[in-house]
Amino acid sequence: MENGQSSVSRDAASTGEVSAVPAADITAICAAFDNDSHRMLDILRTVQDRFRCIAPSTMDAIAAQTGLTRIEVEGVASFYSFLSLTPRGRVTIRLCDDIVDRFTGLADVTAAFEDVLGIGIGETSADGAFSLEYTPCIGMCDQAPAAMINDVLLVGLTPQSARSAAEALMAGKTPEHLISDRFDELSPQERANRMVENNIRHAGEVLLGPVPADAGLAKAVEMAPAQIITAIEDSGLRGCGGAGFTTGRKWRFAAAETAEKHYVICNADEGEPGTFKDRVLLTERPHLLIEGMTIAARAVGAREGILYLRGEYVYLRPLLEEVLEQRRRRGLLGESILGIEGFDFDIRLQLGAGAYICGEEGALISSCEGLPGEPKTRPPFPVNRGYLGFPTVVNNVETFCHAARILDRGAGWFHAMGTEGSHGTKLFSICGDCLNPGIYELPYGHSVWDILEMASGQEAAAVQIGGPSGTMIARDSFDRKLTFDDLATGGAIIIFNGDRNILEIVEYYMSFFVHESCGYCTPCRVGNVFLQKAIAKFRKGLANPDDIDYLKDLSATIIETSRCGLGMTSPNPILSTLQNFPLVYSAVSKPSKDGIRDTFDIQSAIDSARKIAKRRSYLYDRDFTK
Amino acid sequence: MSPDQKNEAGFTFTIDGVEVTARAGQTILEAADEAGIYIPRLCDHEGLRHQGSCRVCTVKAGGRSVAACTQPAEAGQTVENETAHLTKMRRDLVEMLFHEGNHLCPICEASGNCELQAMAYRLDMTDATRFPYLEPCRAVDATHPDIALDTNRCISCGRCIRASQDVDGKGVFGYVGRGIHRRVAVNGDNLADTDAEVTDHAISSEVCPVGCIIRKRVGFATPIGERKFDKGLIGHEIEEKRK
Repeated sequence: MENGQSSVSRDAASTGEVSAVPAADITAICAAFDNDSHRMLDILRTVQDRFRCIAPSTMDAIAAQTGLTRIEVEGVASFYSFLSLTPRGRVTIRLCDDIVDRFTGLADVTAAFEDVLGIGIGETSADGAFSLEYTPCIGMCDQAPAAMINDVLLVGLTPQSARSAAEALMAGKTPEHLISDRFDELSPQERANRMVENNIRHAGEVLLGPVPADAGLAKAVEMAPAQIITAIEDSGLRGCGGAGFTTGRKWRFAAAETAEKHYVICNADEGEPGTFKDRVLLTERPHLLIEGMTIAARAVGAREGILYLRGEYVYLRPLLEEVLEQRRRRGLLGESILGIEGFDFDIRLQLGAGAYICGEEGALISSCEGLPGEPKTRPPFPVNRGYLGFPTVVNNVETFCHAARILDRGAGWFHAMGTEGSHGTKLFSICGDCLNPGIYELPYGHSVWDILEMASGQEAAAVQIGGPSGTMIARDSFDRKLTFDDLATGGAIIIFNGDRNILEIVEYYMSFFVHESCGYCTPCRVGNVFLQKAIAKFRKGLANPDDIDYLKDLSATIIETSRCGLGMTSPNPILSTLQNFPLVYSAVSKPSKDGIRDTFDIQSAIDSARKIAKRRSYLYDRDFTK
Repeated sequence: MSPDQKNEAGFTFTIDGVEVTARAGQTILEAADEAGIYIPRLCDHEGLRHQGSCRVCTVKAGGRSVAACTQPAEAGQTVENETAHLTKMRRDLVEMLFHEGNHLCPICEASGNCELQAMAYRLDMTDATRFPYLEPCRAVDATHPDIALDTNRCISCGRCIRASQDVDGKGVFGYVGRGIHRRVAVNGDNLADTDAEVTDHAISSEVCPVGCIIRKRVGFATPIGERKFDKGLIGHEIEEKRK
């Protein structure tokens, strides 16, 4: 898996083609997306959903329809985890393999599925009915273990509930009917709420308290675009996805560009393990989000927008499509919004397909363009040349929601909350070892202790702030503050108690980054694999004190030379634990007595030579003369 | 850069203290090449689009580490190139590429013409390496009558992809997969299934920097000892412009 041997899936795809998809079906699917190569992800998702596989002959047909080469289609199809070149089961069960799920009984849940379905992880049943696989964090850490069954979400799984779900599926029940026998009669909102809990533990003043409908948009249409931008700048709003760029400045840069078109894109690809705040906003405040995007469109002069929804949140698609349709009917989207001549804006929903890197601004744009989710070279920046080369504002779900509220209540109202440099409120998604995991909307400036008290997690031995790409802190740092200047986070706070093995967590996080690196640049693609292997040495007790220096040295190279934020932060799980939990490393590394590294095993090293020579070693097989 | 752009007003910046003239729109690497200053690179190649993926051309511009091949030159900028620190970064990257694939120089036909090998010499990669070997085991594609492909030696520079698309107008190669599984593949079931020809620019000896794309029946035509990098360090042609 982690070594470079990757030819298997491709070879299997070229020989294991079970069902040739009728050419007429491919033609129809491509035509539904205007044969537009920029809609490649939609085309491939549709093919995958309907035929469970994207076979070479299918790729040839898609290439012919969209004017691409097959290798270009294959480049996209082979990039995203939810697309497959080999047949997947009609029901594909993806168990969330986050560290929080592992700590809440994932192994037993997996065993229940494997036992009932008769297949192991990574396998598809012989009749093509079921596939079982692991997938990284699906944004349900407050109700782990969780699973995606096709487009349906199951949460809070136990071995018993997993077993009965698997048995029902085996007996022919559809995934939807696992949720309710009357699933078809439920509204999209009811379906979402039946599948997933919101777990709103603390509603703040800005987002989760009472929000009047479209009050911000009503104010915005009375203002000139420049005034809207000034209001957002004056509020001090900074991006809520993790990077914290000043929102008003971003809008100002995009608005200043003279271009035929401008775009507004919402980044609803929250993939940082332990983050699930946007899930709750998308469920409970979808109108506020679209309102915020519409205000941004007015500010920068965009007529088209894209809501990029992570593939893991596909269960929210019907809900969001309904909201978009409602707003079109009410004159809040489309032409002449609120009756204002020339204020035209509409939004299309773009589903992702299982790729953490698409949360990176440039990669997200690549993905919207129907390309593999690879970050773009900067400069040019998206505000100058983004989607299809046009000036583009990309903001997080929460950022757009805040923007709409700021327009309604005023910049001063928002600016007065929080601390200097970190204004307003923030949604924190808290999970792990605490009694009350869920969503907390709080002003910036609370300490980690405050959070632990609210969530009843005071026993914590370690807290991961900002997910794996953030920082892991120990008890002596719990009085630090959640602000951009101290502990910055896109929202993820993961609590670990004293029973958890820090190195197990670090090893998991490194395997996550190896899985999610796009592979474009050398240091991130290769270096993270080496970091993962090095941590495995510590876990096995085979590390020397020198290996600590090796970890630091290799991490420094990856951070300095990587092309995007993923590689610039992927060594953080190692570096922050080396700094804050140094004893964890020194306790399991010991100096070598004889100068020979413990990882070197002479017996396995000469084993292939034994096989080739068809005899034992004179030196190392002591019983040779006997 | 086309010659007519030379009329545009130039500006200056420094690389390792040497003043360099650049034009608007030039990258640091382009300006350095013209000035006779060599910045090591593997994925970048004359006449092809810049990609910025190998990161070997990492320089410090105004204190920030950037890829020189894609970073626009700026007036008055201070660029560091040949410092001990940057050479160490580059050596790490080259070492990563050696360990990601199977690079056994003594048995490789590209030895002496190989840019990866030559870069290792230039960056003084003489100590025992520290990284584990990933030892890929991919099938060699020898289906084409004139060309063979051993992607175990590929360094994912993508020069063949860009040469085929932009120079040959074909699209024989492309990337597939993600992360450590990302690699160069061909537009079809195998190379014989594509419209690749041995006369393609993408197949020429200058485009593939390593021994991945192999032209059949010409191996060892130039003896070891008389090969490209037997005559001088990689980059010497650029550096000689300054002399």
